[in-house]
Amino acid sequence: MSVSAIPQISLPFLMGNSLNAWSDALAGLTISWFPLGLVIIAAIPLVFIALYALTYGVYGERKISAFMQDRLGPMEVGKWGILQTLADILKLLQKEDIVPASADKFLFVVGPGILFVGSFLAFAVLPFSPAFIGASLNVGLFYAIGIVAIEVVGILAAGWGSNNKWSLYGAVRSVAQIVSYEIPASIALLCGAMMAGTLDMQQINLHQSGPYGFAHFYLFQSPIAWLPFLIYFIASLAETNRAPFDIPEAESELVAGYFTEYTGMKFAVIFLAEYGSMFMVSAILAIVFLGGWNSPLPNLGALALYDWTSGPVWGAFWIISKGFFFIFVQMWLRWTLPRLRVDQLMYLCWKVLTPFAFIAFVLTAIWEIYVP
Amino acid sequence: MQELEVAGQGSVRVSRKDNDVVVIEKDLTTEEMLLSMGPQHPSTHGVLKLECMTDGEVVTSAEPYLGYLHRCFEKHCEMVDYPGIVPYTDRMDYLAGMNNEWAYCIAVEKLLDIEIPRRVEFIRVIVSELNRIASHLVAIGTYAIDLGAFTPFLFCFRDREHILSLLEWASGSRMLYNYIWIGGLSFDVPADFPKRLKEFVDYFRPKAVELYRLLTENEIFVKRTKGIGIMPADVAINYGWSGPMLRGSGVQWDLRRNDPYSVYPELDFKVPVPDGKFSVVGDCLSRHLVRALEMEESLNIIEQCISKMPGSEGFDARAAVPKRVRPKAGEVYGRAENPRGELGFYIQSDGKSTKPLRCKARSSCFVNLSAMKDLSKGQLIPDLVAIIGSIDIVLGEVDR
Amino acid sequence: MSEMQEGRTLPQSVQESAAAYGIIREAFGSAVSDFDANETMPFFEVLETERWQEIALFMRDHPKLRFNYMACLSGVDYPAEEKLGIVCNLESLGEFGHRIAVKVKCARDGGSIPTAAYVWHTANWHEREAYDMFGMQFAGHPDLRRILCPEDWEGYPLRKDYAVQESYHGIKVPY
Repeated sequence: MSVSAIPQISLPFLMGNSLNAWSDALAGLTISWFPLGLVIIAAIPLVFIALYALTYGVYGERKISAFMQDRLGPMEVGKWGILQTLADILKLLQKEDIVPASADKFLFVVGPGILFVGSFLAFAVLPFSPAFIGASLNVGLFYAIGIVAIEVVGILAAGWGSNNKWSLYGAVRSVAQIVSYEIPASIALLCGAMMAGTLDMQQINLHQSGPYGFAHFYLFQSPIAWLPFLIYFIASLAETNRAPFDIPEAESELVAGYFTEYTGMKFAVIFLAEYGSMFMVSAILAIVFLGGWNSPLPNLGALALYDWTSGPVWGAFWIISKGFFFIFVQMWLRWTLPRLRVDQLMYLCWKVLTPFAFIAFVLTAIWEIYVP
Repeated sequence: MQELEVAGQGSVRVSRKDNDVVVIEKDLTTEEMLLSMGPQHPSTHGVLKLECMTDGEVVTSAEPYLGYLHRCFEKHCEMVDYPGIVPYTDRMDYLAGMNNEWAYCIAVEKLLDIEIPRRVEFIRVIVSELNRIASHLVAIGTYAIDLGAFTPFLFCFRDREHILSLLEWASGSRMLYNYIWIGGLSFDVPADFPKRLKEFVDYFRPKAVELYRLLTENEIFVKRTKGIGIMPADVAINYGWSGPMLRGSGVQWDLRRNDPYSVYPELDFKVPVPDGKFSVVGDCLSRHLVRALEMEESLNIIEQCISKMPGSEGFDARAAVPKRVRPKAGEVYGRAENPRGELGFYIQSDGKSTKPLRCKARSSCFVNLSAMKDLSKGQLIPDLVAIIGSIDIVLGEVDR
Repeated sequence: MSEMQEGRTLPQSVQESAAAYGIIREAFGSAVSDFDANETMPFFEVLETERWQEIALFMRDHPKLRFNYMACLSGVDYPAEEKLGIVCNLESLGEFGHRIAVKVKCARDGGSIPTAAYVWHTANWHEREAYDMFGMQFAGHPDLRRILCPEDWEGYPLRKDYAVQESYHGIKVPY
């Protein structure tokens, strides 16, 4: 059952703005020859990653983990330790930047860069709001899935370039893990694309709009949609090296895996890359299955909750909240479960998730074709 | 022709063809990587070096190198008088100080022929069982964190803090107590101690259940530890294993039952030995199970001691402590059930001096660790970490 | 051969050890010394050191003895006799429950004792430690090298006449 196509111009909640109005306006903004608008478009996700990683990412992780472990977490710097991350950033900025003498200098320096670039490039196709998307590609979803693979090169460069056997172990494991888990992840997302009939991220969100709020979300539009949702969530944990799939950075075995030898700003860059990709996979999950920037509140007769909570700014709020919610679940899992061993991880991917992903794919196809 | 052996690279043959031509032939072998889980490593539980030869992720040999924490305990014993050795015994297995002191005092008291007051015996049992729980909490917590479960570690340490407060109240120190003396104790326990002890027992029982459900019943944890590092019972006995290691391999052997000392014959407690229903007998999960279940039995023992202990009227903890410890001539091998196994002291006395002629500490972890090389053949690196964690070593005792 | 001391009967455990000793004495005759039935650690000494491995195997495998568990193997220095020795505490764990101690001695300089590492695996590291601390050789040991001290340490620390070396890799040792 698909939602009837809603013409763009008459959408009341867009308040007269058309889709991608802000991006288009910014793209046109140039100061003589300098494309200032494009730079701003590129900078917004970057600033967003930095801010979110600073506040919710690190501070939230430390506080959430602390409360789960029956302790307090950061309390000293600022009220309830709010300024802790700022202090950490200041500390990292003035740390000595060490490149081990026997390390392969080029690879060592370039590794974190490639890692961050791979993670950051996917933000180009994330629709932060009905009016803003970095690049409105008609193959947005495909691009998002594929571009993350650049991270693999960065990890290998970091692991090999460190000239440290432990880093090498971590890097090799991580590459195997990421490459393997892309398959169930992609198939699961394809189920969502099948339901939408398009790979364009804004269109996928548009098709999940409607006055009934969450009832239009793809998660509730098909009886089998929970399966690709779950598969993608698990696979995305593996993609971002989060527990229980954090064998590449398994502290207790490998000290810190492929980023053992990194200090100072390079370490901060790797860190930001990890938090960036955490948000990215959460956002993709929210976009494909949970409506992206659509409000989940339905219109209940006189209480037109849906209309009241929609708009460009509301859209940004909703997608960021949904992303943050999944990040919370990721953190929750990290502090609860032990980690899987490498071969168990591979077994899970190839013998459990991939077959189920195929089953979900077939069932979703049947649902889409044969059920009106 | 000269053949040089280069370790790990097959052989290199050097031969002279004529005066200025030298032929070097190397065998083509794939190299195994020498991986040193060096003295500083997050999961070797102390300064232990494991030199592993690995073929990919498979470990072909893991050789332990000891001695990084060797502090010459046995040499010190020959220069310090008998009561002065008690603080040294604390520092061997520093997580179970009370148990170490007790094993030593048992050995010396055998040579001395003194009668220990009953209340002293009960207090010794109480503090040793408390220390056993604390030690197992560390073992379980660090094992969990080795396998990636971060939260049980903090739960274990939170509960351990209560035990350390109790022991500090009794002896004055949180970790290295010097409390159990030859012939008695250094101080009596404070007046409200049994009451606080009972509160702790009531507090900890549900926490132990919570820990069991969080960690031991966790599917991922079971998958990481079940069937790993299996040690058959007769091989374990031949290696000299004792304590939870031996019970994990299915042998019903607990020194508190089979070679009883102090007031243990009067106390009613079970000795948990896994039977293969939840785990494979002899694997890491069995050993972990023994420790998890033993904590509850220790709670039972403490409760019984609180009710059976004689009162403190007219009690002097140092009543039977001799002014000068000069044991009769002879030798003794005295032992006690430590949280990690059997800690034994072989003491040789010449009857005239206040210092032992020879005092050898038979350390449980030293013996348990000696099987490491054979246990680790053919295991994956993460499994190696799981095995070391299940052996539960404390380098202070391994190296002394 | 248990001994009655002034009409006092020996404790149960000592009697069991004496019975076990009897079987060994029957098999080996004068290769083993008389039984010392003291209460704290009943023991006998192996007089013919070369036969120690044979005796060890006999003790482990004989159906009435079954000493399957070696609790401890300690090196000892006997400066008065100019000898080094080991003291093994053996137990029949889970089977008969009797315990006994065995002493084996060898000469101080260049003396060697046959290894028991192939009889009880416990002995492997214990003998390495005894070698490290006292310096007696264990003939046939699979891997006899220092275990607690560094590989290139000089001297045998637990000997009664041990003097620390002056420096180790440029670090001054005595303080």
